[in-house]
Amino acid sequence: MIDWRWDFTLEILPRLAIATGQTLLAALLGYAIALVLGLLLAVARRTPWRAANAAIRELVEMVRSTPLVLQVFFVFYVGPQFGIRLSPWTAGMIAIGVHYASYLAEVYRGAIDSVPKGQWEAAKSLNIGPWRTWTGIVLPQAVSPAVPGLGNYAVGILKDTPILSVIGVAELMHTANAIGAESYRYLEPFTLVGLIFLLLSLPAAAAARFIERRVRARLGVIS
Amino acid sequence: MDTDARPDMPMVRFDQVTKRYGDLVVLDRLDLEVAAGETVTIIGPSGSGKTTVLRTLMTLEPVDGGVIHVDGEPLTHMERGGRLVPADRRHLRRMRGKIGMCFQQFNLFPHMTALENCMEGPVHVLGMSRAEARARAEELLEKVGMADKRDEIPARLSGGQQQRVAIARALAMRPRVMLFDEVTSALDPEVIGEVTRVIRALVNEHQLTMLMVTHQIGFAREISDRICFFDGGRIEEQGPPAELLDNPRKPRTRQFLSAVLDAH
Repeated sequence: MIDWRWDFTLEILPRLAIATGQTLLAALLGYAIALVLGLLLAVARRTPWRAANAAIRELVEMVRSTPLVLQVFFVFYVGPQFGIRLSPWTAGMIAIGVHYASYLAEVYRGAIDSVPKGQWEAAKSLNIGPWRTWTGIVLPQAVSPAVPGLGNYAVGILKDTPILSVIGVAELMHTANAIGAESYRYLEPFTLVGLIFLLLSLPAAAAARFIERRVRARLGVIS
Repeated sequence: MDTDARPDMPMVRFDQVTKRYGDLVVLDRLDLEVAAGETVTIIGPSGSGKTTVLRTLMTLEPVDGGVIHVDGEPLTHMERGGRLVPADRRHLRRMRGKIGMCFQQFNLFPHMTALENCMEGPVHVLGMSRAEARARAEELLEKVGMADKRDEIPARLSGGQQQRVAIARALAMRPRVMLFDEVTSALDPEVIGEVTRVIRALVNEHQLTMLMVTHQIGFAREISDRICFFDGGRIEEQGPPAELLDNPRKPRTRQFLSAVLDAH
């Protein structure tokens, strides 16, 4: 017989609501860092400077090939040995932001590579400088092919925020765990966390698909 | 305008230019001169280096040897302390402004309308005001017969229409030299005429120097001052259209021409 207690459920809801805010904040901040840093990494991959190019490629590969949870631990617990003392939030945002930046860099890179070489040549033949070529010609065309990948990782980063609980960021997972430890009741908090993630992920995925359609439509027939 | 052009100075001069892709030599110590206002067409088998002439001139590809001069100045190099050194970015940008190019695949910017395509360079490179650039772009689109389609994006235009917009876009930068790289090769036969008409008009009314690569021998005959037959990265034979096409001296030229004319 399942022992579900509604009074307990109602009692922990406010705490989980606050934690939901923290989860969303962590996902949004981490995603914002990843969006910007990933773009910088992808653009840097295109620089003519070979050493920088190779260094970034290896760095991205290294970050992508090791577990996020390890990176979170590393930044938070190993950092102080090098005199870098960070709060759980800062360490968490750096770790998850850099981790997802390495994924998004690949999404951007694929999208940038899908812009035909002739576009770069046309820009050059019109004497358009590197800055305008990137911002006015190449990146606008890379948006459409990048959107599906960017959308997937937006949902992905949301689902990875529980990893931050291991260093004490008070997001949903951490809060549910704390409730369980205090009350010896795990059924309600973890079930609720699962439901909350479902309620967050499904609309996020739908929003990603919606944006994808909008971008496609705005660019006409190009895909 | 342009009275500063020295009549004794060719507008374009390839001086012993070599270009390799790995072991493959595409331009082999090429010497080629094009006078100001002259229209020169390059014909030849594929792989003979025709397109590479245009691409090195547009600085899309660096050369491996020799020097290209444009308008009396070195393009690929610059003078420093009386010596020629490889051109830096600034020199390349200044020289590139003298040259415009149209491509086989048009390469219009797909996220911009025809008008925006023609305004992009003038606004962001020449620093024109949007109003001025717009007026000029409209004038040029009118000239290529695309004024009524100025607000369409390229995906909504036919190949011939896109190529005409691409010509207007290149002209908007006021180049001294225009390069046409097989601009009709990707077009359906029935729209080739609308593009060649535009190019023909340019030959007649502009002081432009034009360098063209084409497979359309008939069109080349009609508009060219001179035709160069390329083979193996060099000019095998050149001359006025009537001479080169009707009385080719070299066997290789004859062989190529008969093969091409048979195919038509």
